Amino acid sequence: MIRLEPRNEVSKALLYVTPVIAIGVTILAGVVMFAILGKDPVRAISLIFLEPLTDSFALSEMIVKATPLILIAIGLSFGFRAGVWNIGAEGQFTVGALAGGAVALALYEVEGFWVLPLMCLAGVLGGMAWAAIPAFLRTRFNANEILVSLMLTYVAVLLLSVLVYGPLKDPDGMNFPESRMFHPAATVPILIEETRAHIGFLVALAAAAVAWVVLGRHVFGYQVKVMGQSPRAAGFGGFVENRVVWMCLMISGGLAGLAGLFEAAGPVGQLVPALPVGYGFTAIIVTFLGRLNPIGIVLAGFVMALTYIGGETAQIEMNLPSAVTGVFQGMFLFSLLGIDVLTRYRIRMFRSPRPGRTAPLAARTVPVAARTGGE
Amino acid sequence: MELFFLILQAIIIAPIPLIFVAIGELVVERSGVLNLGLEGMMILGAIAGFSVTLDSGSFVVGIAAAALAGALAAGIFGVLTQVLMSNQVATGLALTIFGLGLSALWGQGYSGESTAPLAKIHIFLLSDIPIVGPLLFVHDPLVYLAFALVAGVAWFLTRTRAGLILRAVGENHDAAHAIGYNVVAVRMAALVFGGACAGIGGAYLSTVQTPFWVENMTAGRGWIALAIVVFASWRPGRLLVGAYLFGGVTVAQLHVQGFGIDIDAQYLSMLPYLVTILVLVLISHNKARSHLNAPACLGKPFFASA
Repeated sequence: MIRLEPRNEVSKALLYVTPVIAIGVTILAGVVMFAILGKDPVRAISLIFLEPLTDSFALSEMIVKATPLILIAIGLSFGFRAGVWNIGAEGQFTVGALAGGAVALALYEVEGFWVLPLMCLAGVLGGMAWAAIPAFLRTRFNANEILVSLMLTYVAVLLLSVLVYGPLKDPDGMNFPESRMFHPAATVPILIEETRAHIGFLVALAAAAVAWVVLGRHVFGYQVKVMGQSPRAAGFGGFVENRVVWMCLMISGGLAGLAGLFEAAGPVGQLVPALPVGYGFTAIIVTFLGRLNPIGIVLAGFVMALTYIGGETAQIEMNLPSAVTGVFQGMFLFSLLGIDVLTRYRIRMFRSPRPGRTAPLAARTVPVAARTGGE
Repeated sequence: MELFFLILQAIIIAPIPLIFVAIGELVVERSGVLNLGLEGMMILGAIAGFSVTLDSGSFVVGIAAAALAGALAAGIFGVLTQVLMSNQVATGLALTIFGLGLSALWGQGYSGESTAPLAKIHIFLLSDIPIVGPLLFVHDPLVYLAFALVAGVAWFLTRTRAGLILRAVGENHDAAHAIGYNVVAVRMAALVFGGACAGIGGAYLSTVQTPFWVENMTAGRGWIALAIVVFASWRPGRLLVGAYLFGGVTVAQLHVQGFGIDIDAQYLSMLPYLVTILVLVLISHNKARSHLNAPACLGKPFFASA
């Protein structure tokens, strides 16, 4: 019989190995899934996981997708450490794009180096404002931030839609529900020539570096960790829980808003109703896959970006539905969470029933050899 | 008058999916488990119910398939959280992401198709009462099932031995374990029941309420059901009140424009979500009371050390 035994300490080595095992398990599950769908599993897997790595344009597209994922996930990692569950990053992403985009449209055809920084500021503030609602309602009224932030995501998407159909609609756009294309001064500079990879990626890396320092060296990082591991101890330590909740939601909201602005002013170049494509939700997986660790999150961001690009390749080459990406991402998180048990528990195998629980009292005095022989 | 009657009838039907999903989650949460994957189980039920009803031609088989799909999804959640001790919040989110993805994959060939409307049952004599009769006693069988389920759960939780054990596990799993109850088995059973209910709720949406398949058609209803359970302070009777509040808002939202009020449709579509937030605030602001109502072990991991 198999039994779990808690470890005294989380296994550091396994902490780094398990995400790799999870990727392996997901690929195996993917093979089964493609076989069921009647597609060639080997070809599909290699298209999704290997092909993009050999193509330079696909690599640059990975940077495009990884940028918002990393930015949002870095923000979420603070809250997830502290037990503040901001599930509405998608909404904060949307409002950030909306606020920054509104600035770009208001300053249409205005030249000036300050236009883009102003848009970034508006994006961050927009995301923060949207995240302030669950922060306020949790700290003041004890309302569950998971539900509030998630409900606000639906509201944000509707808000984007109503504004793009109305006041922000392109005046020369034949009544299409989309804004003008942003003016060149209001678009994010490209990082690599002839690709869509933009300098937002450098900002994401910088955010990861800052997060790494804050978590390791700053008192706020310490407070976040204590609150996550023992809220009671945090109380005794004199930390103000409400302050940590506010900080976590402001950081994640601000970074999600910035990610939204980069998306609107970068690869998309305008405001459209279909701007939010689920980065806010995928970033949750990135956060866990990266072990809430900034460096891990950067790597995990690329792995998740790979599933997007690979999914698109497989869609074109093998006529697979785009939903395959979502299924892969769900399976990823499942296998990671399942395999995680190894980091906190040891697996022990027993030949015979354990004494004292299933065996009657008298059996315990019988010598081991006689007991196993009797079965 | 005719319009008013139709609106009332719509209000009675509107919250049925929510009732199914929420009553299942209520049982799950009373056993001490927080399954945030309702949206995922619901959408899987929606596509399972829709595709199987269409392919088999039998509504009963379709609903059974939906219940099975929901239960299987809940089983994955159960194995991960109860056996492999994973975090319940994270696993519930994974279930939602997985369910939305898998349903979209499954539903590829089914967009544009439509199921036949479900025959309504006229309850003998009662349906002949003027106005009230057609309003309350002429519905499809699942409407009656939803109400029967709420009554059944209320009876189960308060009047049966098994219900008492389930509540004991939810209030104090260590004590329940010490007495000799199998905490994991009880919770798994509750989860499977909750999953089946969520599946049926999703199928009601996709086969009866809007008889066609659209990706992401649950549009947050699973999360709203979660809020309804909090609203109900984990009691079946109040759950109906909560569900009808949301159902009423949803229907009213659809008819406001019909009354000639000029407002963008998107603002009206925000209403159910905003009302959910408002209700959550009203319910939770008294910290002591909301703490008192919630099952004491809700969301806490259980590990049998001996």
